[in-house]
Amino acid sequence: MCLAVPMKVVKREGERGVVELEGVSRDVALHFVDAQVGEYVLIHAGFAIQKIDEQSALDTIQLFREMLAAGAIEQPEELQPEDRGSP
Amino acid sequence: MDADDKIILAHGSGGKLTRNLVNEGFLAKFPDPVLAELDDSARVQVGSNRICFTTDSYVVKPLFFPGSDIGKLAVYGTVNDLAVMGAEPLYISCALIIEEGLERSVLDRVTDSMAEACQTAGVSLVTGDTKVVESGGADQLFINTSGVGLLPDGRDLGIDKISPGDRVIISGTIGDHAIAVLAARQDLGLKLSGLKSDCAPLNNLISDVLERFDGVRFMRDPTRGGLATVLCEMAETARVSVSIWEEKVPVRDEVRGTCEILGFDPLYLANEGKVVMVVDGGIADEVRNALRGDDLGKDAEVIGEIGADNPGEVVLRTAVGGSRLITMLAGDQLPRIC
Amino acid sequence: MKYVEEYRQKGLVTEIAGQIAAKIDRPVTLMEVCGTHTMAIHRHGIPEIVPRELRLLSGPGCPVCVTPTSYIDAAIELSRREDVTLTTFGDLVRVPGSSTSLERRKAEGADVVTVYSPLDAVTLAEQRPDRQVVFLAVGFETTAPTVAASVREARNRNVENFSVLVGHKLVPPALIALLQDEEVNVDGFICPGHVSTIIGARAYEPIVNEFGAPCVVAGFEPVDIVAALAWLVEMVVTGKPEVRNAYTRVVTDEGNTCALECMYEVFEAVDSAWRGLGAIPASGLAMREAYAELDAVNRFGLKMQEVAETSGCLCGDVLRGAIEPSDCALFAEQCTPEHPIGPCMVSSEGTCAAFYKYKLRR
Repeated sequence: MCLAVPMKVVKREGERGVVELEGVSRDVALHFVDAQVGEYVLIHAGFAIQKIDEQSALDTIQLFREMLAAGAIEQPEELQPEDRGSP
Repeated sequence: MDADDKIILAHGSGGKLTRNLVNEGFLAKFPDPVLAELDDSARVQVGSNRICFTTDSYVVKPLFFPGSDIGKLAVYGTVNDLAVMGAEPLYISCALIIEEGLERSVLDRVTDSMAEACQTAGVSLVTGDTKVVESGGADQLFINTSGVGLLPDGRDLGIDKISPGDRVIISGTIGDHAIAVLAARQDLGLKLSGLKSDCAPLNNLISDVLERFDGVRFMRDPTRGGLATVLCEMAETARVSVSIWEEKVPVRDEVRGTCEILGFDPLYLANEGKVVMVVDGGIADEVRNALRGDDLGKDAEVIGEIGADNPGEVVLRTAVGGSRLITMLAGDQLPRIC
Repeated sequence: MKYVEEYRQKGLVTEIAGQIAAKIDRPVTLMEVCGTHTMAIHRHGIPEIVPRELRLLSGPGCPVCVTPTSYIDAAIELSRREDVTLTTFGDLVRVPGSSTSLERRKAEGADVVTVYSPLDAVTLAEQRPDRQVVFLAVGFETTAPTVAASVREARNRNVENFSVLVGHKLVPPALIALLQDEEVNVDGFICPGHVSTIIGARAYEPIVNEFGAPCVVAGFEPVDIVAALAWLVEMVVTGKPEVRNAYTRVVTDEGNTCALECMYEVFEAVDSAWRGLGAIPASGLAMREAYAELDAVNRFGLKMQEVAETSGCLCGDVLRGAIEPSDCALFAEQCTPEHPIGPCMVSSEGTCAAFYKYKLRR
């Protein structure tokens, strides 16, 4: 029910617009976001509920990778007692 | 408070409720061993010939959708039900139930399409029936087609032939038909560019494989209820386990996107131009390559294998390394899809 | 697909899961409170990927599941009126009320229409001035603003035959109720990603401050989920709880203020009954006085009667995370997707439905 999907704005006219994903397009309500054509929004129940921050999307993946690097722990098959705790 | 005293839409979805209805409501009254096999076609002996005989009704809405229409669907659907048994489709019948008020031009478009489909598939329409009902009695047009085909000597495919070590092949991308029909329905407000139903006759694709290879155990076309339903039927009836690799299951981007938006699972969506094959593990890659040589099989993949542990279970090895079940759907993802 | 593929990379998921295994030094119980998280976790088989010391519980995250029977019964009562067209999200249709469901009522001829958006219901009302179109508004803070905007649209467009049966619930009060529940032992929360786009990550600060339970706002792709689990485990193990936002691509600290304003213009927070959790203060929404004529309760003089649960049905305990579906005697026996007894099995996002559909039976 909280199903929401990232889609790209391809048309905006006031509070209404058209969004698209993989060749599928839909009319949606844009009351809650100031997204413009070319930007990505999260669509839920026919409304855009938030703009997707592209930089954040890229940053988050990078952050997750860094988290791994900071962990700097060999991936054990099972838990090794000496390796407990955070770095 | 269950669904037993009234027929609900979910009874027609091809999933669990349909099966329960068939088992309790029909098989119990018609105790014929051939019927009980519940194959895509019935295999019967007529004189010295083994023939396959099948029937299907088509209630798809809307009547016309990208890549196909109810008429083409009605011909190819029946042709395919014969072809997956290993039979050569020969003759079909057609019974029309027409709603009063249907435009003659619409009916002609449908029958033109059927004529063309018969040509393409190489079958002859040899008998038919026409009924007209009052306005509201049928939604524009319902079509029933039945078909007969000849089963060559020695050809014995069957769900009971499936055994551990076999592999599962799908002849191409899944979900295309269901999403094309869905997109054509006005009520969902979706516009799709480029996606078409995969509606196609599979008899040539299949006969090529059957002529070249021994070791094809079983085939089924994953229509209503989709690929998942066929896999569950296989696991349960043949008493084997089925393991599917999620990454190998071919799904077009537009289908995936629409499924994401609407919360559907492509595994359960109807296909009208695809076949699931279970083959001897040793020939799986070659069969897949053979399928890929044909336009209708160009996206064929080996998607899984048959095992002996946990009979009846269908497991999906997920793309991120997890495992979860694939089960029969209780109800409907999409009504009136074929 | 943009913003999705990167978050499904198997290698990254496996590595992060490995880090959880390395860090976890005791049994840890984490709860998610979003039906979409429940489904995502089980659909990708995540419980099989993380170490066994990490127990993942599903809480009251399925709005359909926490909607009390009295609401369903009120909807059923409306369905019996000749002039009413009920519009609803799909998964509400199969939920059993005291005596029947909307699906069965539809089979009996009731006018029940599934819609994708509450705006579609307003449009339907405009097209059918001869009908009273009622929208069944269930859902959390992700959905409530869309209904509020639709109510405003209906007023602006003078659609007089449209009304709403309001059943929205708010997530943070439920988290507090769970932490106050002695039978529920949760070390931290995976916070709902899309609810949080509306209410903002800061909304969970009271939970950290008053109860010391770490909260991570998570997205729905496999990488999002395991990364959130890794952060939570780390905070539990180090004893340094805080609110962290792992879904910054759509969640900000303050949320979507425009959507929140719209929601609170049309609705106000009221005490509300949750199936399984009982009455929780300020945990639901009701139509404000200013929009009273669009409230179905007013328009049709409805009375919501509290109803006892079906005996043997343990949906309430499942929703609190006190038990797992397999602990319920009815699970997979009398209670199946074809013959569901409680909403947790009926809803497409219900915990019991997820278990039945996806969990390996070993």
